[in-house]
Amino acid sequence: MLRDFLAPFIDEQSTNPFAVSKFVSTLEHAEYFLSGFAYTLSVSFLALAIALIFGTIGGVMATSKSKILRAYTRIYVEIFQNTPLVIQIFFLYFALPPLGIHLDVFLVGVLGVGAYHGAYVSEVVRSGIQSVPKGQFEAASSQGFTYVQQMRYIIVPQTIKIILPPLTNQMVNLIKNTSVLLIVAGGELMYQADIYAGDSLNYAPAYIIAAILYFIICYPLAYFAKFYEDRLKKAHLAR
Amino acid sequence: MENVFNIQNLEFLFKGLVLSLIIALATCVISVILGTFLAITRNYGDKISRKLAAFYVEVFRNSPLLLWMLAAVFVLPSFFPLPSFISNDYASAFWGTIGFSLYTSSVMAEIIRGGLNSVPKGQFEAAYSQGFSSFFTLFYIILPQAFRKAIPSMLSQVVTTVKDTSFLAGLQIAELTYQSKILLAQLKSFEEILAMLALVATIYFVICFFLSVLVRYYEKKTAYAF
Repeated sequence: MLRDFLAPFIDEQSTNPFAVSKFVSTLEHAEYFLSGFAYTLSVSFLALAIALIFGTIGGVMATSKSKILRAYTRIYVEIFQNTPLVIQIFFLYFALPPLGIHLDVFLVGVLGVGAYHGAYVSEVVRSGIQSVPKGQFEAASSQGFTYVQQMRYIIVPQTIKIILPPLTNQMVNLIKNTSVLLIVAGGELMYQADIYAGDSLNYAPAYIIAAILYFIICYPLAYFAKFYEDRLKKAHLAR
Repeated sequence: MENVFNIQNLEFLFKGLVLSLIIALATCVISVILGTFLAITRNYGDKISRKLAAFYVEVFRNSPLLLWMLAAVFVLPSFFPLPSFISNDYASAFWGTIGFSLYTSSVMAEIIRGGLNSVPKGQFEAAYSQGFSSFFTLFYIILPQAFRKAIPSMLSQVVTTVKDTSFLAGLQIAELTYQSKILLAQLKSFEEILAMLALVATIYFVICFFLSVLVRYYEKKTAYAF
């Protein structure tokens, strides 16, 4: 139908990478992109859950009084932040099978991306908790709150407001970083787009469509982060 | 164990490391220049160029790096000839670096814009009152202050750039990660694979950790300078 509609613009012989005919035939294979998109979304969602769990635990541990817990999270954060995600994915992909642990690529993606961004989320949570004035802790304990209650009723509600913008930025990065699964042939959007592009040689349209799909999930998140951050700044100035 | 770390393998990895570092360096230089240009345009340009710069930054920032690398390698060569100083063996490394730089510029642009925004407005007014033109105000008064504030974030972006060279492994470009992937695929036993991964991870770690220590040192040094 699309082909009939655009018939006057279609020149099958065109060698321009951006020729209309190439866009049309790419759109006719939308199922590649949609399945990749669904895969990307599900990997991102589960990886985000892992990142939030690891990050919250890590962030709270990093602000605790115990030196061992603090050292432990420091090591986790430094190792994960200073080595490339691809190498961590390689670890799950190459090093576990000889041990008899066979993860499929989906799980490799969820665990790899989740643990990597867990380190970043942990730093975000840590700086959020540390930005709450110390007096808040003291006031809370003077009122007889236990440590867990302090966290639950006093500190965390204040922290969430502060860390929401950087956390949303981490979400955007996480979604973008699921594309590294391409390297281990995961079925996510970037891989599907690349496979389709390689088969049909419609490189430009395939990448443009992939870019649009990534953009429509990432941009609203980035916009929200910026909007919320500006509002916080204004609220802070007005106070 | 000794057959994993033999001379050939180490040399193979070392070649990859050199290419990774060259790509990272080239990307940093290009992206700081292009990023500064984009940041200035987005902040002080006229209406249309502001919109264009914002569009560029938002599009590149909100889609994956790998996508731009792939797009540059497969789409750009049909529009531009390969510069003569690049040999054909390194053609895809060159185009990949271009895609990498285009992406990183958008991130650098936002970092530098953050620096520009933190310069008080009075600085502009003071400069104008002394008879500086807008160009000289920007060049001599605003940018040096903006860069000083933005350097810690820019250095962290350099760390990210070094790590992100590993994405080029997805394009069969012979940088460190790709070289290690080739070696990893030949290894069978757990110890050998682990040793190889540990070596490569350590190489990246040493470079990135050194840079992030530098970031922290610089942040501490400049924390009270303003």
